[in-house]
Amino acid sequence: MSDATTDPRHFRTPPRRPLRLSWSDERVRAIVWQVLVVGVVVAVVWWLVRNTAHNLEVRRIATGFGFLGREAGLPIGEHLIDYSPTDTYARALLVGVLNTLKVAVVGVLLATILGTAIGIARLSRNWLLARLASAYVEVIRDLPLLLQLLFWYTILQGLPGPRQALNPVDGVYLSNRGLKLPWIEWQGAHTAALLALVAGAAGAWLYARWARARQMADGQPRRAWPAAVLLILGLPVAVWAAMGAPWTVDRPTLRGFNFVGGVTMSPEYFALLIGLVTYTAGFIAEIVRAGILAVNLGQWEAAQALGLRHGQVLRLIVMPQALRVIVPPMTSQYLNLTKNSSLAVAIGYQDIVSIANTTLNQTGQAIEGIAIIMAVYLTISLSISAFMNWYNARIALVER
Amino acid sequence: MAPADTTARVRLDTAVARVPGEASAPRSPPATAVGPLAWLRGNLFSSWLSTAVTLLLAYLIVRWTIGFVEWAFVNAIWEVPHNQTQACREIKGVGACWAVVTEKHRFILFGTYPFEEHWRPALVVLLFVGLYVVSALRRFWRKELVMIWAGVLTLIGILMWGGNTAPGLLRQPYEQVLALVLLAGAGFAYRHGRIGVALPSALIVYALLAWAGPVLDMPYVSQERWGGLPITLILATFGLAFAFPLAILVALGRRSELPAIRMLCVLYVELIRGVPLISLLFMASVMFPLFLPEGMNIDKLLRAQIAIILFAGAYLAEVVRGGLQALPRGQYEAADALGLTYWQKTGLIVLPQALRLVIPPLVNTFIGFFKDTSLVLIIGIFDLLTAGKTAIIEPAWQGFGVEVYIFVGLIYFMFCYAMSKYSQNLEAELNRHRRR
Repeated sequence: MSDATTDPRHFRTPPRRPLRLSWSDERVRAIVWQVLVVGVVVAVVWWLVRNTAHNLEVRRIATGFGFLGREAGLPIGEHLIDYSPTDTYARALLVGVLNTLKVAVVGVLLATILGTAIGIARLSRNWLLARLASAYVEVIRDLPLLLQLLFWYTILQGLPGPRQALNPVDGVYLSNRGLKLPWIEWQGAHTAALLALVAGAAGAWLYARWARARQMADGQPRRAWPAAVLLILGLPVAVWAAMGAPWTVDRPTLRGFNFVGGVTMSPEYFALLIGLVTYTAGFIAEIVRAGILAVNLGQWEAAQALGLRHGQVLRLIVMPQALRVIVPPMTSQYLNLTKNSSLAVAIGYQDIVSIANTTLNQTGQAIEGIAIIMAVYLTISLSISAFMNWYNARIALVER
Repeated sequence: MAPADTTARVRLDTAVARVPGEASAPRSPPATAVGPLAWLRGNLFSSWLSTAVTLLLAYLIVRWTIGFVEWAFVNAIWEVPHNQTQACREIKGVGACWAVVTEKHRFILFGTYPFEEHWRPALVVLLFVGLYVVSALRRFWRKELVMIWAGVLTLIGILMWGGNTAPGLLRQPYEQVLALVLLAGAGFAYRHGRIGVALPSALIVYALLAWAGPVLDMPYVSQERWGGLPITLILATFGLAFAFPLAILVALGRRSELPAIRMLCVLYVELIRGVPLISLLFMASVMFPLFLPEGMNIDKLLRAQIAIILFAGAYLAEVVRGGLQALPRGQYEAADALGLTYWQKTGLIVLPQALRLVIPPLVNTFIGFFKDTSLVLIIGIFDLLTAGKTAIIEPAWQGFGVEVYIFVGLIYFMFCYAMSKYSQNLEAELNRHRRR
């Protein structure tokens, strides 16, 4: 084989000419343009920094993150970790980050479930269901999220007080103080059961992998689900029972003007969660629908012709192909939900933006406050994208 | 059924209809295969599950519709004497109090703009709607559209500010002459020598600019008093008008072969897309004043507008980049082979095709920004949503938020729904030639 049969583009790179100091030389032009643009950007940034430094000096604002160690003195209603107003700003901001994560994680889970359900409903053969789902998507997507949040918050605030609280299910109370749910008194046995659940899930996954490898080797299908049920359900229950099976339900009861006991979902958190979930679900529904429609009908037919059952077709043939279309836009929806949780500040849920905003108003450290907000969101965004990119690479089509 | 099909069926029937006992005339299809009954069977009652879902949904829809109609129309109160909301409070939860909208609609729509001058923001809203309609018509997708935008946006500025601001530049005689010469020159250049058209049009523009304010006697209204729907439309429209060219430049920069420029563009896009719009708006409201030299101050509305432009620019740039990537390489190579310079290649070959490819996602991004302008509420700028929220602060009207938000929501919905339907139609139309 001679060179003549290879792709001519591979060896016909232009010969390197010596650099001429002339405008007609492309490389000279490229260098000049880049130096110019970078120079302008650097000059503008330098000018801004100099102005800022001067302004800070005039207003006697000390720069730096020293304020983080000072006592915050700002009350926070909802906190996942211990917190009191005498704690430092750093701890207050940490509480804010955790509050943001609390709404983002729960929101992403619920929005995925609701969005997938609505997306499938839009494809339903039932005309009424499909039309209803598409009307939902259209209305939800054409209204600003902030408006929806304010709307939900107004509705929750308009609910009756604790004495006339709505009681849809026994033990569950919905009033203008939020949603009250019964909760078990947490004990060591519950923690142990939770750990057993994690261990059981890991065991089930390992067993499924082993079963799959065996099937590849000898062709005999093995049922993974009995072992999975045993490991995921049986193990935690066994651990819990072995430790005395403690089960005391802490029910919310009305005492005076408010409820005591149980767990509380504040109206702010509840409104934010409803708003974010219903809004994002509208977008996720469209993504799921597009993903399922993207799988060729021939794939269904070919799978059925191979004798696969309906569930197998869905799990082995259709879903892997639909996911490839679904995952990248889904990532941006998760990012959007996380970023949109910053609207909490408008309805008074104390997320990172709200707490950083109070901090910068109290201390006057505007630059640091905004830098913290941006750093937190950049970190969360980059982590979500990194995880979803990894997941996407795992499920992506492997071509030759 | 098509007639040709029927005749074929008839001939077939006569050919085989020798079987004893069988009717020879063509039979109509069974009622369960075509017609409304079949449609019901196929789409609503195809299985037990489907029937159950249909019945459940129908029950819920009927119940909710009746409940909503009772609340919104039957039991509603449409008007109350001045701020006497007692009647409204009595029917709370049973009927809507639309009186809050009747009473406050001027405030919600136009904010604190002087009451006698409300015709000006109203006209501005109409001008905006007209501008959107004209831009949506494919007949106007030409270079002249840029001129129309410039003209209408100037007119909107004159209407909103009023007074002698716009013509204020043209008080002195030499300024008037200069403006005249400039306009005539621009018209001349634009029309390539057809001075007969250029001169009169320049004169008209000039006359409008110079005398519109004083002649119509519009008092000056500073932008602190602007509010409501015009602010929302201004933020969205001006934001897009400036963000779009920025986005094109950034998208081109991100695909540039010059590493420094590419890196700058990537940095800009990824930084902006990684943080929420609120943090940019906060930056505009509290940090921006620190950036400027002492004594120089930029209006709050303008600062928010800059933040929105920077934000929109990053998102639009990604959409435009998608179009640039979707364009086949051959187009770039052909342009290079013709010996076009970079800007000729970009302006004449690449952009016209790339932008056409991404019009539907662009419109979707526009819808997103239209909705996102409502976030300026958080930094206290008086847009439509802020006006709605402020309207119910007054003690007499407290607690009627749902009615106000429904009213404000309807306005947002009308704009977004129109855009979304337009985008869907456009997508179908643009894809038609490819489907063939």
